[in-house]
Amino acid sequence: MASSSNRVLPGFGLSLGYTLVYLSLIVLIPLAAVFIKASSLSLEQFWAVVTAPSVVASYKLSFGASLLAAAINSVFGLMLAWALVRYSFPGKRLVDALVDLPFALPTAVAGIALTALYAPNGWMGKFLEPLGIKVAFTPLGVLVALIFIGLPFVVRTVQPILEDLDTEYEEAAVSLGANRWQAFRHVVFPTLLPALMTGFAMAFARAVGEYGSVIFIAGNIPMVSEITPLMIITKLEQYDYAGATAIAVVMLVFSFLLLLLINGLQAWTAKRTGRAR
Amino acid sequence: MAPTRFFLRPVFALVAGLAIVSAGPAQADTTLLNVSYDVARELYKDINPAFAAHWQRTAGEKVTINQSHGGSSKQIQSVVAGLEADVVTMNQAADIEVLVKNGLASADWRKAFPHGAAPYSSATIFLVRKGNPKGIKDWNDLARAGLGVVVPNPKTSGNGRYTYLAAWGYALSKGGNEAAARDFVAKLFANVPVFDGGGRGATTTFTQRGIGDVLVTFENEAVLIDQEVGGDKFDVVYPSISIDASAPVAIVNKVVDKRGSRKAATAYLNFLYSPEGQEIIAKHNFRPRDPAVLKKHASRFPAIKTFTVEEKFGSWDAVQKTHFSDGGIYDQIVVKR
Repeated sequence: MASSSNRVLPGFGLSLGYTLVYLSLIVLIPLAAVFIKASSLSLEQFWAVVTAPSVVASYKLSFGASLLAAAINSVFGLMLAWALVRYSFPGKRLVDALVDLPFALPTAVAGIALTALYAPNGWMGKFLEPLGIKVAFTPLGVLVALIFIGLPFVVRTVQPILEDLDTEYEEAAVSLGANRWQAFRHVVFPTLLPALMTGFAMAFARAVGEYGSVIFIAGNIPMVSEITPLMIITKLEQYDYAGATAIAVVMLVFSFLLLLLINGLQAWTAKRTGRAR
Repeated sequence: MAPTRFFLRPVFALVAGLAIVSAGPAQADTTLLNVSYDVARELYKDINPAFAAHWQRTAGEKVTINQSHGGSSKQIQSVVAGLEADVVTMNQAADIEVLVKNGLASADWRKAFPHGAAPYSSATIFLVRKGNPKGIKDWNDLARAGLGVVVPNPKTSGNGRYTYLAAWGYALSKGGNEAAARDFVAKLFANVPVFDGGGRGATTTFTQRGIGDVLVTFENEAVLIDQEVGGDKFDVVYPSISIDASAPVAIVNKVVDKRGSRKAATAYLNFLYSPEGQEIIAKHNFRPRDPAVLKKHASRFPAIKTFTVEEKFGSWDAVQKTHFSDGGIYDQIVVKR
């Protein structure tokens, strides 16, 4: 409370109270329900469900493809944000608005559109097929869908930081003898890194839980292209609520640990670059 | 689509429930809610006004029938969660058994209406590309190496489950034992290039995406595609034997007793068996039970030898346990493919 007393605006108690109640209602209670439902299984049953071969294969695909998609989005999202902030070109506003489309589009529509494009008889698939590249109905298709839905997260988190970043810093660095790469590597990039990591984490989290857009393009072949959310839906379709929540628990714990790790890394880099809050 | 629909369903259930509660006792008009599966949408769109007219004529009462359609297990889940369905009309007995387990329908629901409470049935048949270039005639052709067989996921769709069981039953009928049947079904499922969540998804994969050489689906779906997409792209093929996919109906006791709608609900389901109801059923490519109606449309429903799930597999419960439960035969087959 000592830290709150010297603030200009009062309301620490009230806002913390709201925070806790709100988080409990919206996040904690539903998640607790998942854990309670899963606890109706015995430990052996739980273990058998979450380590079944097809389920394990689905974790690998879901987490692997999500991490890869988030990494790819970090690279290209940064480029997009850079182009949008630093340069002006005709149609810039249009491009800026396009970035948000994956947010707004119902995921199933995205999934159907991507499948239609990349199926062997689709616009893109027609040209990729003769090259021996199969996208639709393979794990590659899953990756494409996850890149699509994750893009806005990276762009939208990096963009405001980049807008705040004055070109004076780069100019100062160059006038002090840094080359262009050094100016980017040691001046611009460290400032963007925390935001980039936030974008990465959000794109990753979204991708892990994504169902609608992936399900159409994945092909859903057991052991090859089944994502974990599909395994959960499959169990629900068979009225196996406990089994479904058991897999959900594993997903939640995995995701939570990974997000915790990313947040920790982010705090560490922020401290190192002197942007600690 | 699927997740949003899934999470919205309780909200719909609540809204629909409230609407019915508020509309129920205030006025004399009866309302019925029929909770049904996905592809029965068009069928009941025709049945409902016909029944309303029939009820007006015979009982002198006005009746309004509300419909709810969706994936069958999701629909049943909403009913269990409190969606006030007076009647359920499904495509698998297993779904109604869930209502029995939850005390919503009576255990002997099969005896409540003729033909095991299934007013119509369908069969699992094949749809192939025009001219049947791969020469697919019967189930054994589907297990040939290198063929693409489009089947929805048996874990998530009744359509896929019937296909799996039909193939299994075919192998048994050829004198094979359980091991031979398992081997045959494993070969067939190794030919599946894409597993869609439901029958309509599989239809899209086969017809729009051009995947696979044959689509295995219900007769009504195959015939509908053949009619709608045009006969110049696909051919319907009837295998030597198929499964009788009966579409069971039941009254939800708990709801009709509470709402006092048993009389109208019973009449509604009985109407499905009337010549008028059977005629509408035949129009939608489902096989009617009434011999006279079936005979009238004999050209559209070629005679096909079928077996029921109960004949070959005992019961849906047993099927579920042995074949589709976690680690069951289906899981073992696909993990190894």
